[in-house]
Amino acid sequence: MSHFPYLTVLTAAPLVGAAGVALLPKDKPELAKRVALGWSVLVLALGVGLWTQFKPNGDRFQLRDSWTWIPQWGAKFTFAVDGIALVMIALIALLVPLVILASWHDAEHSKRSVSAYFALLLALECTMIGVFAAQDVFLFYVFFEVMLVPMYFLIGSYGGQHKQYAAVKFFLYSLLGGLFMLAALIGLWVLGGQTFDWQTLVNADFSVNTERWLFLGFFVAFAIKAPFFPFHTWLPDAGGAAPAGAAALLVGVLDKVGTFGILRYCIPLFPNATKDFAWLGLTLALVGIIYGALVAIGQNDLKRLVSYTSIAHFGFIGIGVFAFTTQAGTGAVLYMVNHGLATGLLFLVVGMLVARRGSALVTDFGGAGKLMPVLAGVFFIAGLASLALPGTSPFVSEFLVLIGTFTVNKTVAIVATAGIILAAGYVLWMIQRTTQGTPNPKLAEIKAMGRDLSVREAVVVAPLIALILLLGFYPKPLTDVINPAVKATMQDVGKTDPKPIVGTVEAGK
Amino acid sequence: MNDRLQLPHLDYAALAPMLILFGIACVGVLVEGFVPKRVRHSVQLTLALAGLVAALIMVIRQGDNPVITASTAVAIDKPGLFLSGAIIVLGIVSVLLIGERQLEPGGAFVAQAAVTANTDRDREQAARAGGATEVFPLAMFALAGMLLFITANDLLTMFVALEVFSLPLYLLCALARRRRLLSQEAAMKYFLLGSFASAFFLFGIALVYGYAGQVDFHSISAAIRAGGKDDILLYVGLAMLAIGLLFKAAAVPFHVWTPDVYQGAPTPITALMAACTKVAAFGGLLRLAYVGFEGTKTTIQPVLGTIAVLTMIIGAILAVTQTDIKRLLAYSSIANAGYLLIGVISLNEKGLSSSMFYLVAYGFTVLAAFGVVTLVRDADGEATHLSRWAGLGRRSPLYASLFTFILLAFAGIPLTSGFTAKVGVFAAAIDGDQTWLVIAGVVSSAILAFPYLRVVVMMWLSEPGETTPAVSIPGAMTAAALVIGTVATLVLGVAPGALLDLTQKAGSFLG
Repeated sequence: MSHFPYLTVLTAAPLVGAAGVALLPKDKPELAKRVALGWSVLVLALGVGLWTQFKPNGDRFQLRDSWTWIPQWGAKFTFAVDGIALVMIALIALLVPLVILASWHDAEHSKRSVSAYFALLLALECTMIGVFAAQDVFLFYVFFEVMLVPMYFLIGSYGGQHKQYAAVKFFLYSLLGGLFMLAALIGLWVLGGQTFDWQTLVNADFSVNTERWLFLGFFVAFAIKAPFFPFHTWLPDAGGAAPAGAAALLVGVLDKVGTFGILRYCIPLFPNATKDFAWLGLTLALVGIIYGALVAIGQNDLKRLVSYTSIAHFGFIGIGVFAFTTQAGTGAVLYMVNHGLATGLLFLVVGMLVARRGSALVTDFGGAGKLMPVLAGVFFIAGLASLALPGTSPFVSEFLVLIGTFTVNKTVAIVATAGIILAAGYVLWMIQRTTQGTPNPKLAEIKAMGRDLSVREAVVVAPLIALILLLGFYPKPLTDVINPAVKATMQDVGKTDPKPIVGTVEAGK
Repeated sequence: MNDRLQLPHLDYAALAPMLILFGIACVGVLVEGFVPKRVRHSVQLTLALAGLVAALIMVIRQGDNPVITASTAVAIDKPGLFLSGAIIVLGIVSVLLIGERQLEPGGAFVAQAAVTANTDRDREQAARAGGATEVFPLAMFALAGMLLFITANDLLTMFVALEVFSLPLYLLCALARRRRLLSQEAAMKYFLLGSFASAFFLFGIALVYGYAGQVDFHSISAAIRAGGKDDILLYVGLAMLAIGLLFKAAAVPFHVWTPDVYQGAPTPITALMAACTKVAAFGGLLRLAYVGFEGTKTTIQPVLGTIAVLTMIIGAILAVTQTDIKRLLAYSSIANAGYLLIGVISLNEKGLSSSMFYLVAYGFTVLAAFGVVTLVRDADGEATHLSRWAGLGRRSPLYASLFTFILLAFAGIPLTSGFTAKVGVFAAAIDGDQTWLVIAGVVSSAILAFPYLRVVVMMWLSEPGETTPAVSIPGAMTAAALVIGTVATLVLGVAPGALLDLTQKAGSFLG
């Protein structure tokens, strides 16, 4: 290997950090936090290094590292990234330090060890980076499953109400999906020439029926992970019970593995089956948009509400993936990043509100903006980003998805547009009921409600807001790397974009 | 024709492992009679471990040299050697658990089994007296019998070996120091049901002999290939043989003894049964299916397949409802028998090697699991009710973490041996066109994850109650057993290459 093994190091580094933090003396929680933060910033620096090494117009997969692992099965430690994986890894590297900073006091009020919380966050980062960086299908599966373990303990040990129930439900749902994928994976291995190498498997041919069954095995796992309707019921529970930082990672990153998996594995490995089942993906995604939005409007728990909004957003991503146009696909991948930023921000801000109020119920707030105008303002910005207001980055992606879909499937695009209106409903109503209007008299009695955004919290939200606005006006750095990868993926499925009738629409216009 | 009785040639080098173990067992009996009580335990322990290590060395030395010896009664072939090695290594770890005396004075075994349970004298001996040291020769007889069982090349030798390893196990089950009635009941149940199973096996031998005119696997296989005889004899006989073996393997519907026996037996013996007996039972089943009755493939695949599915699903569902950790592990062991059956049924080269891998991987994990169970105890002995494990993670994070890791391995999470083992048997099944078994295996794995998670929740996410027992500090031997079991579980999960290589090289049976 001629180049520095960025991906291997990037995947292993958080794990090393996790082990280090876990081994720190238990009576020095402050030290554990500082080490964890420092380490995650180091990982971020590595991530920046990775980005600079990636050539947007180079090969589809770059920075490939490969090490032998289980030669008997043809499984290798192979890492490589395309543009899609690259932006997701960058998102992870960025979010984790912010989440660590935002969770500074989260673990203290639980009776568990503080250092273990931060060790688990770093371990989670390792598996998240690994799952996007893996280029070997077996390795991908390993990360896909192992990812559950740290998240399970984060929810179960440090979560809020019903944390045990939520943690077990999350684990079992994901495991069930994962096991179906395992069956399909082994089938793929047996029929595809007893190798787990992605490229070799892409070139393998299967009979129509086999391909469909294999596709369904993978699809179920990804649909649960994403999650698409009707496999979504674990997400509101998990998102509602998880500590805010973990929830931001869960919804911001973990769930993207589902749509990423469809793009990286379902489409290239089973192009024909993916086309055959595109109607299924589109339908589930559409139902998710409408259903998620309607249920979100009715929620009284802020974290559950944000979880349901995410289900609606995943619907948009799903449409973008299954529309099979470069625009929609690019939009979907861009949405994966932007949703991570916007919903990550929203979850973190909600976490700050909940930490002050000691409750996540909307009805326990009311007029909170009078007490802490800056935090309420940030909450408002996060909400606007979440409803994809023009000028914020999610707008660009939503718009790309919709126009990309409209060129091939007008009905779907039109129905999905209704989701935008509903999004305005749930976000604005949520903000109105919590921060606007007559102040809830009970709020004044709570001392913590008087504290506005602290410096630490400002450091957490500032980069996210800056990125949301920056990418809202100038998404080119992202689209430049995403576009070639999506194009290549669409070629795998054998689809070319329909000729534009009116004219081309530039991203971010 | 020569009237003189020809003594069969014996290849002593090949037979050395089992001869050593039988010899050590006999010496152990003498030790009981002639060595003073004070030093008996250490002498027996040293003898047993030395014998096992010597046997292991002989297995390794035999290595690449498969032979059929003792006329055609014993086939020391590559799978046989591999499985012998597995039984011996797992046996060493079990003996470490059996020999532990630091956890409670006198060890896990009753001093005098003949003392009536729940009398004053019984309470006195439970409190103080050193445990019976007969357990060592009994365990050695059992292990030696298992070695013979998996290398037996004809049905009669197999039957003799089956009895040789079963009888000591029945006895061992009855020797618990505490809750003796439960232990005796378990032994009685195991003995009665085991006798029935043996009787079935014997009847099966008779019928198959009626069909083939011979009892050695080679001739049976030839007779099946030649055909033209009464198939009813063959299939009824085969079914009865299978019943005998599936009973030992704890497959549904022959599993009902398992939870009671696992719960009642002294925990080190439960560990021995879960690890070594499983290897022996499946070793025998593999030989039967791959050598003797390969020709009936199309018939036995669906039948055994149905049993495998039932075993996995019923084992998993019943595991969900358990409230006792030993019973839970018993049902988990039943479900695991189902996964192993998947490997057996595949009836291809991958099936053989993946089953062997699974046996080793599962054996180490289950030994470590029961090792932890022996540690969680209060004044009355082991605290096996699940509610007593609540909050264990707070009391003793190290052992709770270990046990969590073991449970994740049982649940088949990647980077543990449980995962690699499952991948192996599933791959063999798909390769052998038995995809439906994989689907059932996947579904049952998901169900089975729930009881494991419940224990994890109990240990970590529940508050410790008044009655949460502390974990005892293990003596050196239990600690060693735990370390070996856990490290093996991790290594076989992260870097299974070496063992996979070994199982693949173990190739095929000699017929």
